Amino acid sequence: MTIYADNAATTKMSRTAIEAMLPYMDKIYGNPSSLHSVGQKANEALTAAREQVAACLGCDARGITFTSGGSEADNQAILSAARLGQRKGKKHIISTAFEHHAVLHTLNRLEKQGFEITLLDVHENGLITPEQVADAICPDTCLVTVMYANNEIGTIQPIREIGAVCREKGVIFHTDAVQAVGHLHINIREENIDMLSLSAHKFHGPKGVGVLYARKGIPLTNLIEGGAQERGKRAGTENIPAIMGMAAALQEACGKIDSTSAQISALRDKLIAGLSEIPHSVLNGDAVRRLPSNVNFCFEGIEGESLLLLLDDKGVYASSGSACTSGSLDPSHVLLAIGRPHEIAHGSLRLSLSEETTREEVDYMIDAVKDVVSYLRSISPVWRDLVNGKSNFVIQ
Amino acid sequence: MALYSEKVMDHFRNPRNVGVIEDADGIGEVGNAKCGDIMKIYLKIENDIIVDVKFETFGCGSAIASSSMATELIKGKPVSEAMALTNKAVAEALDGLPAHKLHCSVLAEEAIKAALEDYYKKNGLTYDPTLFPNCANCGHCCKADQCGQ
Ligand SMILES: Cc1ncc(COP(=O)(O)O)c(C=O)c1O
Ligand SMILES: [Zn+2]
Repeated sequence: MTIYADNAATTKMSRTAIEAMLPYMDKIYGNPSSLHSVGQKANEALTAAREQVAACLGCDARGITFTSGGSEADNQAILSAARLGQRKGKKHIISTAFEHHAVLHTLNRLEKQGFEITLLDVHENGLITPEQVADAICPDTCLVTVMYANNEIGTIQPIREIGAVCREKGVIFHTDAVQAVGHLHINIREENIDMLSLSAHKFHGPKGVGVLYARKGIPLTNLIEGGAQERGKRAGTENIPAIMGMAAALQEACGKIDSTSAQISALRDKLIAGLSEIPHSVLNGDAVRRLPSNVNFCFEGIEGESLLLLLDDKGVYASSGSACTSGSLDPSHVLLAIGRPHEIAHGSLRLSLSEETTREEVDYMIDAVKDVVSYLRSISPVWRDLVNGKSNFVIQ
Repeated sequence: MALYSEKVMDHFRNPRNVGVIEDADGIGEVGNAKCGDIMKIYLKIENDIIVDVKFETFGCGSAIASSSMATELIKGKPVSEAMALTNKAVAEALDGLPAHKLHCSVLAEEAIKAALEDYYKKNGLTYDPTLFPNCANCGHCCKADQCGQ
Protein backbone atom coordinates (compact mmCIF):
# COMPACT_ATOMS: atom_id res chain seq x y z
CA MET A 1 0.00 0.00 0.00
CA THR A 2 1.23 3.49 -0.78
CA ILE A 3 -0.53 6.53 0.64
CA TYR A 4 0.15 10.04 -0.57
CA ALA A 5 -0.34 12.28 2.46
CA ASP A 6 1.67 15.28 1.34
CA ASN A 7 -1.00 17.30 -0.45
CA ALA A 8 0.15 20.51 1.21
CA ALA A 9 3.47 20.12 -0.62
CA THR A 10 1.76 19.46 -3.93
CA THR A 11 -1.19 17.58 -5.35
CA LYS A 12 -1.82 15.10 -8.12
CA MET A 13 -3.26 16.81 -11.18
CA SER A 14 -6.92 16.16 -11.83
CA ARG A 15 -8.09 14.60 -15.10
CA THR A 16 -10.07 17.78 -15.74
CA ALA A 17 -6.93 19.89 -15.46
CA ILE A 18 -4.86 17.61 -17.69
CA GLU A 19 -7.54 17.52 -20.35
CA ALA A 20 -7.96 21.26 -20.26
CA MET A 21 -4.25 21.64 -20.99
CA LEU A 22 -3.83 19.19 -23.85
CA PRO A 23 -5.41 21.16 -26.74
CA TYR A 24 -3.09 24.07 -25.98
CA MET A 25 0.01 22.00 -26.56
CA ASP A 26 -0.46 20.81 -30.14
CA LYS A 27 -3.66 22.33 -31.46
CA ILE A 28 -4.17 25.85 -30.17
CA TYR A 29 -0.49 26.42 -29.67
CA GLY A 30 -0.32 29.96 -31.03
CA ASN A 31 1.24 32.88 -29.22
CA PRO A 32 -1.57 34.97 -27.72
CA SER A 33 0.24 38.10 -28.91
CA SER A 34 0.16 36.96 -32.57
CA LEU A 35 -2.45 38.47 -34.83
CA HIS A 36 -3.26 35.33 -36.82
CA SER A 37 -6.13 33.05 -36.00
CA VAL A 38 -4.28 30.43 -33.98
CA GLY A 39 -2.71 33.18 -31.90
CA GLN A 40 -6.02 34.91 -31.38
CA LYS A 41 -7.63 31.64 -30.38
CA ALA A 42 -5.01 31.29 -27.68
CA ASN A 43 -5.65 34.87 -26.68
CA GLU A 44 -9.36 34.20 -26.34
CA ALA A 45 -8.60 31.20 -24.17
CA LEU A 46 -6.38 33.35 -22.00
CA THR A 47 -9.15 35.89 -21.54
CA ALA A 48 -11.63 33.17 -20.72
CA ALA A 49 -9.24 31.65 -18.17
CA ARG A 50 -8.75 35.03 -16.55
CA GLU A 51 -12.48 35.49 -16.22
CA GLN A 52 -12.94 31.99 -14.90
CA VAL A 53 -10.31 32.55 -12.20
CA ALA A 54 -11.80 35.93 -11.29
CA ALA A 55 -15.26 34.41 -10.98
CA CYS A 56 -13.96 31.73 -8.61
CA LEU A 57 -12.30 34.36 -6.43
CA GLY A 58 -14.98 37.03 -6.51
CA CYS A 59 -12.83 39.73 -8.06
CA ASP A 60 -12.40 41.80 -11.20
CA ALA A 61 -10.65 39.89 -14.00
CA ARG A 62 -8.53 42.96 -14.72
CA GLY A 63 -6.82 42.43 -11.36
CA ILE A 64 -5.53 38.98 -12.30
CA THR A 65 -1.86 38.60 -13.29
CA PHE A 66 -0.67 35.14 -14.22
CA THR A 67 2.67 34.24 -12.66
CA SER A 68 4.97 31.25 -12.40
CA GLY A 69 3.45 30.29 -9.06
CA GLY A 70 2.93 31.30 -5.48
CA SER A 71 6.49 32.40 -4.81
CA GLU A 72 6.56 34.84 -7.69
CA ALA A 73 3.14 36.21 -6.75
CA ASP A 74 4.26 36.75 -3.15
CA ASN A 75 7.47 38.47 -4.26
CA GLN A 76 5.70 40.75 -6.70
CA ALA A 77 2.87 41.64 -4.32
CA ILE A 78 5.20 42.65 -1.52
CA LEU A 79 7.72 44.48 -3.67
CA SER A 80 4.94 46.37 -5.45
CA ALA A 81 3.30 47.52 -2.23
CA ALA A 82 6.70 48.45 -0.82
CA ARG A 83 7.61 50.58 -3.85
CA LEU A 84 4.25 52.29 -3.65
CA GLY A 85 4.75 52.97 0.04
CA GLN A 86 8.28 54.21 -0.47
CA ARG A 87 7.06 56.80 -2.94
CA LYS A 88 4.81 58.16 -0.20
CA GLY A 89 7.57 57.93 2.38
CA LYS A 90 5.95 54.95 4.12
CA LYS A 91 8.42 52.19 4.87
CA HIS A 92 6.79 49.98 7.50
CA ILE A 93 5.41 46.50 6.74
CA ILE A 94 3.49 44.20 9.05
CA SER A 95 3.49 40.42 8.69
CA THR A 96 3.61 37.35 10.91
CA ALA A 97 6.46 35.20 12.18
CA PHE A 98 5.17 32.07 10.48
CA GLU A 99 4.74 33.10 6.86
CA HIS A 100 6.09 31.06 3.97
CA HIS A 101 9.71 31.83 3.06
CA ALA A 102 8.53 33.40 -0.20
CA VAL A 103 7.16 36.17 2.03
CA LEU A 104 9.74 36.16 4.82
CA HIS A 105 12.76 36.26 2.54
CA THR A 106 11.24 39.05 0.47
CA LEU A 107 10.67 41.00 3.68
CA ASN A 108 14.28 40.33 4.73
CA ARG A 109 15.43 41.86 1.50
CA LEU A 110 13.29 44.95 2.06
CA GLU A 111 14.59 45.26 5.60
CA LYS A 112 18.12 45.48 4.19
CA GLN A 113 16.83 48.27 1.95
CA GLY A 114 15.72 50.29 4.95
CA PHE A 115 12.17 49.10 5.48
CA GLU A 116 10.99 48.42 9.00
CA ILE A 117 9.38 45.01 9.32
CA THR A 118 7.09 44.01 12.19
CA LEU A 119 6.47 40.27 12.47
CA LEU A 120 3.48 39.70 14.70
CA ASP A 121 3.73 36.96 17.31
CA VAL A 122 1.56 33.99 16.52
CA HIS A 123 -0.48 32.63 19.41
CA GLU A 124 0.15 29.04 20.51
CA ASN A 125 -2.96 27.96 18.58
CA GLY A 126 -1.41 29.23 15.35
CA LEU A 127 -3.61 32.32 15.00
CA ILE A 128 -3.17 36.04 15.13
CA THR A 129 -5.92 38.52 15.94
CA PRO A 130 -7.17 41.56 14.02
CA GLU A 131 -6.43 43.58 17.17
CA GLN A 132 -2.75 42.70 16.89
CA VAL A 133 -2.78 44.06 13.36
CA ALA A 134 -4.68 47.19 14.40
CA ASP A 135 -2.22 47.85 17.21
CA ALA A 136 0.79 47.44 14.93
CA ILE A 137 -0.39 49.78 12.18
CA CYS A 138 1.25 53.19 12.30
CA PRO A 139 1.20 56.18 9.92
CA ASP A 140 4.25 54.72 8.13
CA THR A 141 2.65 51.34 7.41
CA CYS A 142 2.38 50.64 3.69
CA LEU A 143 1.48 46.93 3.74
CA VAL A 144 0.01 44.21 5.91
CA THR A 145 0.68 40.69 4.61
CA VAL A 146 -0.83 37.75 6.48
CA MET A 147 -1.17 34.25 5.06
CA TYR A 148 -4.71 32.92 4.65
CA ALA A 149 -3.83 29.43 5.87
CA ASN A 150 -0.51 28.18 7.14
CA ASN A 151 1.26 25.58 5.02
CA GLU A 152 2.65 23.59 7.94
CA ILE A 153 -0.02 23.64 10.61
CA GLY A 154 -3.03 24.57 8.49
CA THR A 155 -4.44 27.29 10.73
CA ILE A 156 -6.83 29.73 9.06
CA GLN A 157 -6.45 33.40 9.95
CA PRO A 158 -9.38 35.80 10.44
CA ILE A 159 -8.73 37.32 7.01
CA ARG A 160 -11.98 39.22 6.60
CA GLU A 161 -11.51 40.96 9.95
CA ILE A 162 -7.84 41.73 9.30
CA GLY A 163 -8.86 43.07 5.89
CA ALA A 164 -11.46 45.30 7.53
CA VAL A 165 -8.87 46.74 9.90
CA CYS A 166 -6.55 47.50 7.00
CA ARG A 167 -9.32 49.02 4.91
CA GLU A 168 -10.32 51.28 7.78
CA LYS A 169 -6.74 52.45 8.23
CA GLY A 170 -6.09 52.75 4.51
CA VAL A 171 -3.29 50.19 4.42
CA ILE A 172 -2.86 47.69 1.58
CA PHE A 173 -3.67 44.13 2.66
CA HIS A 174 -2.04 41.17 0.91
CA THR A 175 -2.72 37.55 1.73
CA ASP A 176 -0.72 34.50 0.65
CA ALA A 177 -3.69 32.23 -0.02
CA VAL A 178 -1.66 29.46 -1.65
CA GLN A 179 -2.85 26.83 0.83
CA ALA A 180 -6.41 28.10 0.97
CA VAL A 181 -7.54 28.64 -2.61
CA GLY A 182 -9.58 25.73 -3.92
CA HIS A 183 -10.06 24.41 -0.39
CA LEU A 184 -11.93 27.22 1.37
CA HIS A 185 -14.59 29.62 0.14
CA ILE A 186 -12.77 32.82 -0.67
CA ASN A 187 -14.31 36.03 -1.87
CA ILE A 188 -11.77 38.75 -2.43
CA ARG A 189 -14.32 41.55 -2.53
CA GLU A 190 -16.23 40.53 0.56
CA GLU A 191 -13.11 39.74 2.55
CA ASN A 192 -11.49 43.15 2.10
CA ILE A 193 -8.47 41.70 0.31
CA ASP A 194 -6.36 44.08 -1.80
CA MET A 195 -3.81 41.57 -3.06
CA LEU A 196 -3.76 37.77 -3.09
CA SER A 197 -1.34 35.04 -4.17
CA LEU A 198 -2.30 31.56 -5.28
CA SER A 199 -0.60 28.56 -6.83
CA ALA A 200 -2.26 25.98 -9.10
CA HIS A 201 -0.39 22.90 -7.93
CA LYS A 202 -1.99 23.06 -4.51
CA PHE A 203 -5.47 22.38 -5.93
CA HIS A 204 -4.78 19.64 -8.48
CA GLY A 205 -3.59 22.00 -11.18
CA PRO A 206 -0.14 22.07 -12.82
CA LYS A 207 3.08 23.21 -11.16
CA GLY A 208 4.82 26.42 -12.12
CA VAL A 209 1.73 28.58 -12.56
CA GLY A 210 -0.14 30.87 -10.23
CA VAL A 211 -1.90 34.17 -9.87
CA LEU A 212 -1.26 37.51 -8.30
CA TYR A 213 -4.45 39.46 -7.78
CA ALA A 214 -4.12 43.20 -7.17
CA ARG A 215 -7.12 45.49 -6.95
CA LYS A 216 -7.49 48.51 -9.18
CA GLY A 217 -5.29 51.35 -8.03
CA ILE A 218 -2.35 49.22 -6.92
CA PRO A 219 0.27 49.47 -9.68
CA LEU A 220 2.53 46.44 -9.88
CA THR A 221 6.31 46.61 -10.00
CA ASN A 222 7.75 44.26 -12.61
CA LEU A 223 9.96 41.40 -11.52
CA ILE A 224 10.45 40.45 -15.17
CA GLU A 225 10.91 43.10 -17.83
CA GLY A 226 10.26 42.51 -21.50
CA GLY A 227 7.18 42.30 -23.67
CA ALA A 228 3.77 43.71 -22.95
CA GLN A 229 2.16 40.51 -21.69
CA GLU A 230 -0.06 40.76 -18.61
CA ARG A 231 -0.65 44.47 -19.18
CA GLY A 232 3.10 44.96 -19.20
CA LYS A 233 3.46 43.80 -15.60
CA ARG A 234 4.86 40.36 -16.23
CA ALA A 235 6.82 39.86 -19.42
CA GLY A 236 7.18 36.55 -21.22
CA THR A 237 4.96 34.51 -23.52
CA GLU A 238 2.13 33.20 -21.39
CA ASN A 239 2.22 29.55 -20.32
CA ILE A 240 -1.15 28.93 -21.90
CA PRO A 241 -1.42 25.17 -21.26
CA ALA A 242 -0.61 25.68 -17.57
CA ILE A 243 -2.97 28.64 -17.26
CA MET A 244 -5.79 26.61 -18.85
CA GLY A 245 -5.06 23.70 -16.50
CA MET A 246 -5.08 26.05 -13.53
CA ALA A 247 -8.39 27.66 -14.49
CA ALA A 248 -10.04 24.28 -14.99
CA ALA A 249 -8.64 22.90 -11.73
CA LEU A 250 -9.76 25.97 -9.83
CA GLN A 251 -13.27 25.86 -11.22
CA GLU A 252 -13.53 22.18 -10.42
CA ALA A 253 -12.18 22.60 -6.89
CA CYS A 254 -14.32 25.63 -6.09
CA GLY A 255 -17.42 23.88 -7.38
CA LYS A 256 -17.16 21.12 -4.81
CA ILE A 257 -15.62 22.78 -1.78
CA ASP A 258 -18.58 22.02 0.48
CA SER A 259 -18.64 18.29 -0.23
CA THR A 260 -14.87 17.76 -0.29
CA SER A 261 -14.21 19.79 2.82
CA ALA A 262 -16.87 17.89 4.76
CA GLN A 263 -15.44 14.58 3.56
CA ILE A 264 -11.79 15.44 4.13
CA SER A 265 -12.24 17.12 7.49
CA ALA A 266 -14.06 14.04 8.81
CA LEU A 267 -10.99 11.97 7.89
CA ARG A 268 -8.71 14.64 9.33
CA ASP A 269 -10.52 14.49 12.65
CA LYS A 270 -10.36 10.71 12.68
CA LEU A 271 -6.63 10.88 12.04
CA ILE A 272 -6.16 13.51 14.74
CA ALA A 273 -8.12 11.38 17.22
CA GLY A 274 -6.02 8.32 16.37
CA LEU A 275 -2.67 10.07 16.66
CA SER A 276 -3.72 11.79 19.88
CA GLU A 277 -3.71 8.34 21.48
CA ILE A 278 0.08 8.33 21.22
CA PRO A 279 1.38 9.38 24.64
CA HIS A 280 3.24 12.67 24.81
CA SER A 281 2.04 13.85 21.43
CA VAL A 282 0.42 17.16 20.61
CA LEU A 283 -1.56 18.55 17.70
CA ASN A 284 0.01 21.71 16.31
CA GLY A 285 -2.43 24.49 15.47
CA ASP A 286 -6.04 25.09 16.39
CA ALA A 287 -8.20 21.98 16.01
CA VAL A 288 -11.15 23.86 14.52
CA ARG A 289 -9.79 26.82 12.60
CA ARG A 290 -7.65 24.66 10.33
CA LEU A 291 -7.61 23.44 6.75
CA PRO A 292 -9.76 20.36 6.16
CA SER A 293 -6.70 18.46 4.95
CA ASN A 294 -4.08 19.35 7.55
CA VAL A 295 -2.81 17.20 10.41
CA ASN A 296 0.39 18.24 12.17
CA PHE A 297 1.76 16.64 15.32
CA CYS A 298 4.83 16.77 17.52
CA PHE A 299 5.98 13.59 19.23
CA GLU A 300 8.29 13.98 22.17
CA GLY A 301 11.59 12.08 22.24
CA ILE A 302 12.02 11.48 18.52
CA GLU A 303 13.29 13.32 15.49
CA GLY A 304 11.19 14.02 12.40
CA GLU A 305 13.41 12.90 9.53
CA SER A 306 13.84 9.36 10.80
CA LEU A 307 10.09 9.24 11.32
CA LEU A 308 9.52 10.24 7.70
CA LEU A 309 12.02 7.74 6.32
CA LEU A 310 10.44 4.85 8.22
CA LEU A 311 6.95 5.95 7.18
CA ASP A 312 8.21 6.00 3.60
CA ASP A 313 9.29 2.37 4.07
CA LYS A 314 5.70 1.63 5.10
CA GLY A 315 4.40 3.39 2.00
CA VAL A 316 3.23 6.56 3.74
CA TYR A 317 4.44 9.70 1.98
CA ALA A 318 4.42 12.44 4.57
CA SER A 319 6.46 15.44 5.45
CA SER A 320 7.84 17.19 8.49
CA GLY A 321 7.76 20.92 8.49
CA SER A 322 7.68 22.16 4.93
CA ALA A 323 9.30 20.49 1.96
CA CYS A 324 11.27 23.65 1.32
CA THR A 325 13.15 23.41 4.60
CA SER A 326 14.43 19.86 4.23
CA GLY A 327 18.12 20.30 3.74
CA SER A 328 18.15 22.85 6.49
CA LEU A 329 19.01 21.56 9.93
CA ASP A 330 17.09 24.12 11.90
CA PRO A 331 13.66 23.12 13.08
CA SER A 332 10.56 24.60 11.50
CA HIS A 333 10.21 28.36 11.98
CA VAL A 334 6.45 27.82 12.11
CA LEU A 335 6.64 25.48 15.11
CA LEU A 336 9.09 27.81 16.84
CA ALA A 337 6.72 30.71 16.11
CA ILE A 338 3.86 28.98 17.94
CA GLY A 339 6.16 28.44 20.90
CA ARG A 340 7.24 24.83 20.53
CA PRO A 341 10.73 24.45 22.03
CA HIS A 342 13.54 23.38 19.68
CA GLU A 343 13.73 19.81 20.96
CA ILE A 344 9.99 19.31 20.36
CA ALA A 345 9.92 21.13 17.04
CA HIS A 346 12.40 18.56 15.66
CA GLY A 347 9.89 15.76 16.15
CA SER A 348 7.11 16.96 13.90
CA LEU A 349 4.98 15.24 11.29
CA ARG A 350 2.63 16.75 8.74
CA LEU A 351 0.05 14.56 7.02
CA SER A 352 -2.02 16.42 4.44
CA LEU A 353 -5.01 14.65 2.93
CA SER A 354 -7.02 14.97 -0.28
CA GLU A 355 -10.39 13.78 -1.53
CA GLU A 356 -8.69 10.59 -2.62
CA THR A 357 -7.75 9.70 0.95
CA THR A 358 -9.84 6.80 2.29
CA ARG A 359 -10.87 5.71 5.78
CA GLU A 360 -8.74 2.57 5.34
CA GLU A 361 -5.75 4.74 4.56
CA VAL A 362 -6.38 6.80 7.67
CA ASP A 363 -6.51 3.63 9.78
CA TYR A 364 -3.31 2.40 8.18
CA MET A 365 -1.56 5.72 8.80
CA ILE A 366 -2.57 5.75 12.46
CA ASP A 367 -1.10 2.27 12.95
CA ALA A 368 2.02 3.09 10.94
CA VAL A 369 2.76 6.26 12.88
CA LYS A 370 2.13 4.53 16.20
CA ASP A 371 4.55 1.75 15.27
CA VAL A 372 7.29 4.04 14.03
CA VAL A 373 7.03 6.46 16.94
CA SER A 374 7.25 3.70 19.48
CA TYR A 375 10.19 2.08 17.67
CA LEU A 376 12.12 5.35 17.45
CA ARG A 377 11.42 6.04 21.11
CA SER A 378 12.79 2.61 21.96
CA ILE A 379 16.18 3.58 20.55
CA SER A 380 16.16 7.18 21.79
CA PRO A 381 18.31 8.23 24.74
CA VAL A 382 16.10 11.29 25.11
CA TRP A 383 13.03 9.14 25.56
CA ARG A 384 14.86 6.90 28.06
CA ASP A 385 15.73 9.92 30.20
CA LEU A 386 12.15 11.16 30.05
CA VAL A 387 10.71 7.80 31.04
CA ASN A 388 13.26 7.36 33.83
CA GLY A 389 12.42 10.80 35.20
CA LYS A 390 15.90 12.19 34.48
CA SER A 391 14.31 14.94 32.45
CA ASN A 392 10.82 16.38 32.32
CA PHE A 393 8.27 15.89 29.60
CA VAL A 394 7.45 19.03 27.68
CA ILE A 395 4.33 17.47 26.16
CA GLN A 396 2.16 15.97 28.89
CA MET B 1 14.66 7.94 -0.95
CA ALA B 2 17.76 8.85 -2.87
CA LEU B 3 18.98 11.29 -0.26
CA TYR B 4 21.14 8.56 1.26
CA SER B 5 23.32 5.73 -0.02
CA GLU B 6 22.05 2.17 0.27
CA LYS B 7 24.57 1.56 3.05
CA VAL B 8 23.15 4.44 5.06
CA MET B 9 19.61 3.19 4.53
CA ASP B 10 20.61 -0.33 5.50
CA HIS B 11 22.18 0.83 8.77
CA PHE B 12 19.26 3.16 9.38
CA ARG B 13 16.63 0.47 8.80
CA ASN B 14 18.54 -2.30 10.55
CA PRO B 15 20.80 -0.58 13.02
CA ARG B 16 23.49 -2.83 14.53
CA ASN B 17 24.16 -2.80 18.27
CA VAL B 18 21.14 -0.84 19.41
CA GLY B 19 20.46 -0.84 23.12
CA VAL B 20 22.12 -0.29 26.47
CA ILE B 21 24.81 -2.05 28.48
CA GLU B 22 23.72 -1.97 32.12
CA ASP B 23 27.22 -2.49 33.59
CA ALA B 24 29.06 -0.50 30.93
CA ASP B 25 32.71 0.39 31.50
CA GLY B 26 32.33 3.65 29.64
CA ILE B 27 29.35 5.75 28.60
CA GLY B 28 29.46 8.77 26.33
CA GLU B 29 26.64 11.07 25.35
CA VAL B 30 27.04 13.93 22.90
CA GLY B 31 24.80 16.29 21.02
CA ASN B 32 21.87 18.37 22.02
CA ALA B 33 18.18 17.68 21.61
CA LYS B 34 17.71 21.30 20.67
CA CYS B 35 19.91 20.71 17.64
CA GLY B 36 18.12 17.54 16.70
CA ASP B 37 20.79 14.89 17.36
CA ILE B 38 21.87 13.06 20.51
CA MET B 39 24.03 9.95 20.57
CA LYS B 40 24.78 7.75 23.53
CA ILE B 41 27.41 5.02 23.39
CA TYR B 42 27.96 2.22 25.94
CA LEU B 43 31.24 0.28 26.00
CA LYS B 44 32.19 -3.01 27.63
CA ILE B 45 35.97 -3.27 27.74
CA GLU B 46 38.02 -6.31 28.76
CA ASN B 47 41.83 -6.50 28.56
CA ASP B 48 41.91 -3.33 26.50
CA ILE B 49 39.53 -4.81 23.94
CA ILE B 50 36.05 -3.46 23.21
CA VAL B 51 34.13 -6.67 23.73
CA ASP B 52 30.72 -5.08 23.43
CA VAL B 53 29.25 -1.78 22.34
CA LYS B 54 25.69 -0.49 22.21
CA PHE B 55 24.13 2.78 21.21
CA GLU B 56 20.98 4.85 21.51
CA THR B 57 20.32 7.75 19.16
CA PHE B 58 17.79 10.53 18.87
CA GLY B 59 18.22 11.97 15.44
CA CYS B 60 17.86 11.85 11.71
CA GLY B 61 18.45 8.89 9.42
CA SER B 62 22.13 9.59 9.01
CA ALA B 63 22.60 10.05 12.77
CA ILE B 64 21.17 6.59 13.43
CA ALA B 65 23.19 5.08 10.55
CA SER B 66 26.40 6.81 11.70
CA SER B 67 26.04 5.49 15.23
CA SER B 68 25.34 2.02 13.95
CA MET B 69 28.37 2.06 11.64
CA ALA B 70 30.65 3.52 14.28
CA THR B 71 29.77 0.75 16.71
CA GLU B 72 30.47 -1.84 14.02
CA LEU B 73 33.86 -0.27 13.30
CA ILE B 74 35.06 -0.49 16.91
CA LYS B 75 33.48 -3.72 18.11
CA GLY B 76 36.11 -6.30 18.99
CA LYS B 77 38.91 -3.79 18.43
CA PRO B 78 41.59 -2.60 20.88
CA VAL B 79 40.89 0.67 22.66
CA SER B 80 43.73 2.33 20.76
CA GLU B 81 42.01 1.58 17.45
CA ALA B 82 38.71 2.96 18.71
CA MET B 83 40.55 6.09 19.79
CA ALA B 84 41.81 6.47 16.23
CA LEU B 85 38.34 6.26 14.66
CA THR B 86 37.61 9.38 12.62
CA ASN B 87 34.36 10.84 11.38
CA LYS B 88 35.76 10.49 7.89
CA ALA B 89 36.14 6.73 8.36
CA VAL B 90 32.53 6.50 9.51
CA ALA B 91 31.24 8.52 6.54
CA GLU B 92 33.36 6.52 4.09
CA ALA B 93 32.19 3.21 5.50
CA LEU B 94 28.65 4.43 4.83
CA ASP B 95 29.56 5.17 1.18
CA GLY B 96 29.36 8.86 1.96
CA LEU B 97 26.88 11.26 3.55
CA PRO B 98 25.25 14.37 2.10
CA ALA B 99 27.34 17.45 2.95
CA HIS B 100 24.80 18.87 5.37
CA LYS B 101 24.73 15.55 7.22
CA LEU B 102 28.47 15.14 7.78
CA HIS B 103 28.03 16.48 11.31
CA CYS B 104 26.31 13.19 12.14
CA SER B 105 29.53 11.28 11.52
CA VAL B 106 31.36 13.86 13.64
CA LEU B 107 28.90 13.21 16.45
CA ALA B 108 29.51 9.47 16.15
CA GLU B 109 33.27 9.96 16.51
CA GLU B 110 32.73 12.28 19.46
CA ALA B 111 30.31 9.91 21.16
CA ILE B 112 32.85 7.11 21.03
CA LYS B 113 35.63 9.37 22.29
CA ALA B 114 33.37 10.55 25.11
CA ALA B 115 32.68 6.95 26.12
CA LEU B 116 36.40 6.15 26.05
CA GLU B 117 37.20 9.21 28.15
CA ASP B 118 34.58 8.06 30.65
CA TYR B 119 36.28 4.63 30.70
CA TYR B 120 39.69 6.19 31.37
CA LYS B 121 38.30 8.36 34.13
CA LYS B 122 36.31 5.60 35.81
CA ASN B 123 39.37 3.36 35.91
CA GLY B 124 41.77 6.07 37.01
CA LEU B 125 43.83 5.57 33.88
CA THR B 126 46.08 8.35 32.70
CA TYR B 127 45.23 9.78 29.30
CA ASP B 128 45.88 12.79 27.14
CA PRO B 129 42.83 15.08 27.52
CA THR B 130 43.78 17.02 24.40
CA LEU B 131 42.77 13.99 22.34
CA PHE B 132 39.18 14.53 23.43
CA PRO B 133 37.04 17.30 22.03
CA ASN B 134 34.81 19.11 24.47
CA CYS B 135 31.51 18.04 23.10
CA ALA B 136 29.33 18.61 26.11
CA ASN B 137 27.52 21.21 24.08
CA CYS B 138 27.98 20.48 20.44
CA GLY B 139 27.59 23.20 17.90
CA HIS B 140 27.80 21.10 14.77
CA CYS B 141 24.29 20.73 13.70
CA CYS B 142 22.76 24.12 14.16
CA LYS B 143 23.66 27.67 14.89
CA ALA B 144 24.94 27.67 18.43
CA ASP B 145 23.12 30.86 19.34
CA GLN B 146 19.81 29.18 18.63
CA CYS B 147 20.59 26.19 20.77
CA GLY B 148 20.39 28.34 23.85
CA GLN B 149 16.77 29.23 23.21
C1 LIG C 1 1.84 29.26 1.86
C2 LIG C 1 2.66 29.09 0.63
N1 LIG C 1 3.12 30.17 -0.03
C3 LIG C 1 3.85 30.06 -1.14
C4 LIG C 1 4.18 28.84 -1.67
C5 LIG C 1 5.02 28.78 -2.91
O1 LIG C 1 4.27 28.43 -4.03
P1 LIG C 1 5.00 27.90 -5.35
O2 LIG C 1 5.54 26.57 -5.02
O3 LIG C 1 3.90 27.83 -6.38
O4 LIG C 1 6.02 28.90 -5.70
C6 LIG C 1 3.74 27.67 -1.01
C7 LIG C 1 4.06 26.31 -1.46
O5 LIG C 1 5.04 25.88 -1.91
C8 LIG C 1 2.96 27.81 0.17
O6 LIG C 1 2.53 26.74 0.81
ZN1 LIG D 1 24.43 20.30 17.77
